[in-house]
Amino acid sequence: MKTLIALVFALLPTLTLAAGGGVHLDEMKVDLEDNASLQRGAKYFANYCMGCHSTKFARYNRVARDLGIPEDVMSENLIFSGENIGMLMKIAMRPEDSKKWFGAAPPDLTLVARVRGADWIYTYLRSFYADDTRPYGVNNAVFKDVGMPHVLEELQGKQVKGCASVVTGFDPLTGRELEEDSCAKLDHEEQPIEVLYLEEEGQLDAKGFDKAVADLTNFLVYMAEPMALERRSIGFWVLLFLAILFIPVYYLNREFWRGIH
Amino acid sequence: MSKMSDFMGWVDHRIPLTATFEKHMSKYYAPKNFNFWYFFGVFAFLMLANQILTGVWLTMSFTPSAEEAFASVEYIMRDVEFGWLIRYMHSTGASFFFVVIYMHMFRGLMYGSYQKPRELIWIFGMFIYVALMAEAFMGYVLPWGQMSYWGAQVIISLFGAIPVVGDDLVTWIKGDFLISGITLNRFFALHVIALPLVIVALVFLHIVALHEVGSNNPDGVDIKKYKDEEGRPLDGVPFHPYYTVHDLVGIVVFLFVFCFVIFFWPEGNGYFLEHANFEEANGLKTPAHIAPVWYFGAFYTILRVVPDKLLGVILMAAAIAILFVLPWLDRSPVKSWRYKGWISRINLVLFGLFFILLTWLGTQPATGVYAQLGLIGTIVYFAWFLTLPIISAKEKTKPVPERVTG
Repeated sequence: MKTLIALVFALLPTLTLAAGGGVHLDEMKVDLEDNASLQRGAKYFANYCMGCHSTKFARYNRVARDLGIPEDVMSENLIFSGENIGMLMKIAMRPEDSKKWFGAAPPDLTLVARVRGADWIYTYLRSFYADDTRPYGVNNAVFKDVGMPHVLEELQGKQVKGCASVVTGFDPLTGRELEEDSCAKLDHEEQPIEVLYLEEEGQLDAKGFDKAVADLTNFLVYMAEPMALERRSIGFWVLLFLAILFIPVYYLNREFWRGIH
Repeated sequence: MSKMSDFMGWVDHRIPLTATFEKHMSKYYAPKNFNFWYFFGVFAFLMLANQILTGVWLTMSFTPSAEEAFASVEYIMRDVEFGWLIRYMHSTGASFFFVVIYMHMFRGLMYGSYQKPRELIWIFGMFIYVALMAEAFMGYVLPWGQMSYWGAQVIISLFGAIPVVGDDLVTWIKGDFLISGITLNRFFALHVIALPLVIVALVFLHIVALHEVGSNNPDGVDIKKYKDEEGRPLDGVPFHPYYTVHDLVGIVVFLFVFCFVIFFWPEGNGYFLEHANFEEANGLKTPAHIAPVWYFGAFYTILRVVPDKLLGVILMAAAIAILFVLPWLDRSPVKSWRYKGWISRINLVLFGLFFILLTWLGTQPATGVYAQLGLIGTIVYFAWFLTLPIISAKEKTKPVPERVTG
């Protein structure tokens, strides 16, 4: 029963996402109980994100405790600024500088999952493509003309935008995939539909990269509301208490009103 | 004489404790036919207590400055023991307060609880509602997120539509030429001290006025007409213990729903805690879509329905003001809709549905079909009030029973 309720509510966040400017977002299943995924996400975050993005409302030791990372491992592998483990996860880069370098200071990411939603982050990080007109040589299909470079490029490889054959369905008889050139179809503005596809492989294959981004997103969802699991588990007992309390209260009322017609 | 009654005698000689308890609880006769809709008064009281108690604890860790406010809310959410629970109780409580108040007010409309001799109860209630809107608006600014800032920007700028003094008035409210830490600080003072005092005082008056004339009921009949030899209304029961145990059942069910949201759905799909408000206030970055919190939605829609700003503000103010005179618009000889004609009954249902529609529209962009629906909703809203004197006076009513019908 408890698992069932937990499962139902684990699914709720996926229904509550902020829309991302009309772009189709890929769905991602958040699992805050998957510590291994959260730990991998924390690793990716420290290695690829924390150079520019702070999570300044969270503390290192809280993350270590919640994710089951021993404090010394956390200090050695995830704190690069040499700070005390009880400190807030700030960064050394000054906003004045980063504004010059990127056009806008990279935002703090503590709460990004509550602002954008998991699906948005998951899709955004997988939607960079080569674009020579941009200062860092990449653009993003979810966040047009974003100032951020494609920091995960070494993992994903080089992604480009153009015409490519896409799977449109399955042959009902043979079960074979049916493919079609994406540009054969037009979007609502009568433009051929271009899609993102890999030109050069990175360190991870496509599936592995999706998984890495899912881990990273999972970690950001944890980061946005670190007490979410505790909240649900306490909530279960509170509701159970109220459900039981209802019984004596109901019969007390019935007993008093027995003589009133 | 037991020790206890000795003590009570000592107290009662000095302050009317027993007499007050009897007057307002154990010998206050309430109609015995209260239904589901009569729970919402006590729920409102519960929400008021919830907001005050959780508010006191939030104040202990909140820093009302532009630099620290946003971070101190996250400090409460992360570092304060059970701070997240207190905060979610407060944020969810705000939305539930309004749900409950809207249900409470609709109950008044259904059963004519504002009619003679209960006009003052309704008026005090309306003042509570207006004070509550101000309280909620200022409270929403405090976390200093993007929607706090830009919502405040929109609402305060409305005062700028007032001719001649408008611009000065806006500066005077802000305490600055822009919304700044000064604005935040004064809203904090008003939110935690001034308005709660006003609301508590008004609630006191609301209840004193209610207990003077006695509660209405779903039949809208006067229970004081038929009394037993000892002067007790035949259709009334002492509030305590009958309605205390009765309300307790409702409270447990209500708390179940309330706690479900607190523990499993605190953002309420972005309606209780808006997504954009998890981003710190930035005066240089206007959000693409500024929406008020859902409970202001209806009035926000009415504000946006006309392209002229001053006219919009006047319409919105009128939409609230017209509620105050409701007791004099309803000229029906009967109180409860049970005994009014079918036109009144259909109209009231439509009014309720359109109010919900207007509320929802307020959270959406006012474009295309939404703008048209907003216009239709606004017309229906005002038409209900303006046709009420005619319909209620002309239409044929059903005979009202002498005694309550159970």
